[in-house]
Amino acid sequence: MSHDYSLNPEKLHEDPAKVTHEGKNKFIGLWVFLGGETVLFASLFATYLALKNSTAGGPSSQEIFGLELVFIMTMLLLTSSLTSVYAIYHMKNHNFRKMQLWFGITAFLGLGFLACEIYEFAHYITDYGFTFRSSAFGSAFYTLVGFHGGHVIVGMSWLIALMVRNAKRGLNLYNAPKYNTFALYWHFIDVVWVFIFTVVYLMGMVS
Amino acid sequence: MGENTNIEKVNSFERQKNREEMKRQFILFASMIIFTILAFLLVAWDMDRTYVIPIIIVLAVIQVAFQFFYFMHMKDKGHEFVSILIYGGAWIAFVMAICFTTIIWW
Amino acid sequence: MSLASAQKKGFGAILWDYLTTVDHKKIGVMYIAAGAFFFILGGIESLVIRVQLMVPENDFVSAGLYNEMITMHGTTMIFFAAMPILLGFMNVAVPLQIGARDVAFPFLNALGFWLFLFGGILLNLSWIFGAPDAGWTAYPPLSTQSPGHGTDFYVMALQLSGAGTLMGGINFIVTIVTMRAPGMTYMRMPLFSWTTFVTSILILFAFPAFTVALFLLMFDRMFDSAFFDIALGGNAVIWQHLFWIFAHPEVYILILPAFGIFSEIFSVFSKKRLFGYTSMVFATFLIAFLGFMVWAHHMFTVGLGSVANAIFAVGTMAIAVPTGIKIFNWLATMWGGSIRISTAMLWALAFIPSFTIGGMTGVMLGAATADYQYHDTYFVVAHFHYVLVGGVVFGIMAGLHYWWPLMFRRVLNETLGKLAFWLFFIGFHLTFFIQHFLGLMGMPRRYWVFLEDQGLDLGNLVSTIGAFFMAAGAIVFVINIIYTAVKGEKAPQDPWNGRTLEWAVPSPTPFYNFKQLPLVRGLDPLWIEKMEGNGKLTAAEPLNDIHMPNGSIIPFVMTVGFFIASLGFIYQYEYPIAYLALYGGMAIGIGGMIVRSLKDDHGYYVRKEELEGEVE
Repeated sequence: MSHDYSLNPEKLHEDPAKVTHEGKNKFIGLWVFLGGETVLFASLFATYLALKNSTAGGPSSQEIFGLELVFIMTMLLLTSSLTSVYAIYHMKNHNFRKMQLWFGITAFLGLGFLACEIYEFAHYITDYGFTFRSSAFGSAFYTLVGFHGGHVIVGMSWLIALMVRNAKRGLNLYNAPKYNTFALYWHFIDVVWVFIFTVVYLMGMVS
Repeated sequence: MGENTNIEKVNSFERQKNREEMKRQFILFASMIIFTILAFLLVAWDMDRTYVIPIIIVLAVIQVAFQFFYFMHMKDKGHEFVSILIYGGAWIAFVMAICFTTIIWW
Repeated sequence: MSLASAQKKGFGAILWDYLTTVDHKKIGVMYIAAGAFFFILGGIESLVIRVQLMVPENDFVSAGLYNEMITMHGTTMIFFAAMPILLGFMNVAVPLQIGARDVAFPFLNALGFWLFLFGGILLNLSWIFGAPDAGWTAYPPLSTQSPGHGTDFYVMALQLSGAGTLMGGINFIVTIVTMRAPGMTYMRMPLFSWTTFVTSILILFAFPAFTVALFLLMFDRMFDSAFFDIALGGNAVIWQHLFWIFAHPEVYILILPAFGIFSEIFSVFSKKRLFGYTSMVFATFLIAFLGFMVWAHHMFTVGLGSVANAIFAVGTMAIAVPTGIKIFNWLATMWGGSIRISTAMLWALAFIPSFTIGGMTGVMLGAATADYQYHDTYFVVAHFHYVLVGGVVFGIMAGLHYWWPLMFRRVLNETLGKLAFWLFFIGFHLTFFIQHFLGLMGMPRRYWVFLEDQGLDLGNLVSTIGAFFMAAGAIVFVINIIYTAVKGEKAPQDPWNGRTLEWAVPSPTPFYNFKQLPLVRGLDPLWIEKMEGNGKLTAAEPLNDIHMPNGSIIPFVMTVGFFIASLGFIYQYEYPIAYLALYGGMAIGIGGMIVRSLKDDHGYYVRKEELEGEVE
């Protein structure tokens, strides 16, 4: 294998994620993908906005949403966004161990978020009988928030696979772009959540 | 294939630059947390919805701008094309939101 | 990896080669071949429709089968014929035009192709189990209440192929952004590359809306959600909006690449630089932008209110401006040029009046008040066939003649080509021109019979006769392909006296495209070199090892997995055993993703010494 992906100490790169041609492609490609994701979530948000009052006699948003849990979830996800920034910061300094550590914290926070979301859904279903099938509002709510949750699951699987796969190899020009694209994706998940907590929960709580 | 290259030799200029960047990121993060708390408090205080809703939407947009421009580095060089794409997506999202809140029901 | 391995290979080896290929040229050819197959299927369906409508109160097919025919005809032609063939052209031509060795994500490119193909297979499998019958637009509540599994097949097939198309779009955006040859600035790109770029952006922004729409329909049909269920507070208009937010840009996704093909052809066969290149690029962007803002003109009669209708009507009419810019630029390109009327040029010439008629009726339909008269009549059918056949199909035919030597090292027979053209051209206008009048007389679309003596008899008969002319044209074209394959002479490297980089590579195109990346010195780079006497491009780099991606069977395996999972989704609410297919298929698909992620794949190198050994 003549292709050399190792980080060359003589000629240090500012950003190991964007040195190789493949790295640049991945970087642009992920951004382009996020452009498409914007429209995907825009469609889901728009559907939710259209159906948020269609409770069909079932529970309404004011009745079921609680601020505390959403606040905890928001803090978990926002903080995980910051920790991934830290991880990328250490990647740029070529410090693999610290990068893994901060990504590990990111994964931990992300899993915490997921646990809260699962608890939240279970709570709505058992305590309020509010399901995917109870009204158009229910369908739209679970679809929008569930799509976001699905993205979190994908992100977590991605991150854990990356961390395990590269645990023994250290940072090189082959896997740096992969970590970098994950971080971008993760920030985007956070962006979507900012709108979800604002549009779905906060606006749903305002009487 | 590349060996484990846990290099500690990144030159000091880069290091300094990265550190300052990180400091700025942290300040931004703190302000995002404040915005979030503010938004939650506005709702918890049960104020008039005509004021609350525009304010929390503006707060959300600012937060998202921080995420894109600083956390995702959209302000940096080499992001000209991708920012056009994101603006495009945001514009479509805006148009869709307007449409679905105005002409779906009649 | 030997370069001389292309000599004699067994069938199995060739099949394996194509199943695992990540070469954009082979993928392009596969796109075109598969698209042509679905094109024939869609064509047969259209003939069934026309035979049914040949005489009043015909009973050639039953009402239910007729509904399936119109649904499958529309869906097949849009998603599985026109789009893949255009994606095929993009694959074949764009990397060569911009001077790249491959696309940015060869693996993704292969995955996109297989997803499209298996989506098409899934859709047509429904002929055995009951085809979709809610129209290609699948409006609920018709689509949510449509019995059987037809609409489920529609949903899953389009979900599969839509994901593939989205991958293709992302791939081309990145390819064009990062992989242009040295000197190939954006404003030196050939217009087909430009339209590919803009089309890909449209794909990127349009398809996710459709993905969501399909998910909502899927949830409503399969998992009892209530998006379109009025009783539970749902709203059927949401589907219409999401669908048209996607489907209106979709028509530009189809027509813009065709515009690009025509721009290339007008320029080459007039032996002139494209007139108004900058304004062409600008107009392409303007069409794309406006194309996103006008979707509700498909919904004027829904009752959106006069303000909304007025806004969308004005936006719609505004699109005529950039389209007009393009038409005039093409005319001006030919003005004073030394025109050669080859078959490709013939299709391009026929496109201008045909498409202009379609554009004009488009403005008529865009007038919201008048649209209440035209809506859901044959006037609409005539309009969109003028745009889609007169624009897209003519573009595909022109592109096939133009790029055939590049793809297959043969020049299609000109005599047969011209015969096919005239049959198809006459048949096309015979079929669809009269439909304007049928529509104005009040004949609604999608009705399986019409009554006698209402002034519709003759028009429908003429239309059916025209359809058979078109079929004859298509058959002559198929004969031409076979004839050329058997008898045709080997094509020269540059049969049309081309202007762009794809005609500068040796024939057959080596799998690495360019031994050395070319230095581009301006618009129409090959032409510049020809005018300055050397006729060959200057290399931008010394001869060096070339990095190429490895082939992989994983895209195919993943697609098979998702295909099986789709069947599982379709049948799970009726037969619990189908969960086996659902989970099993998903496991295969996701397993493929995992293998791809965990296994390093660095590609391989074509050695400098090997390249030096190659004769030009």
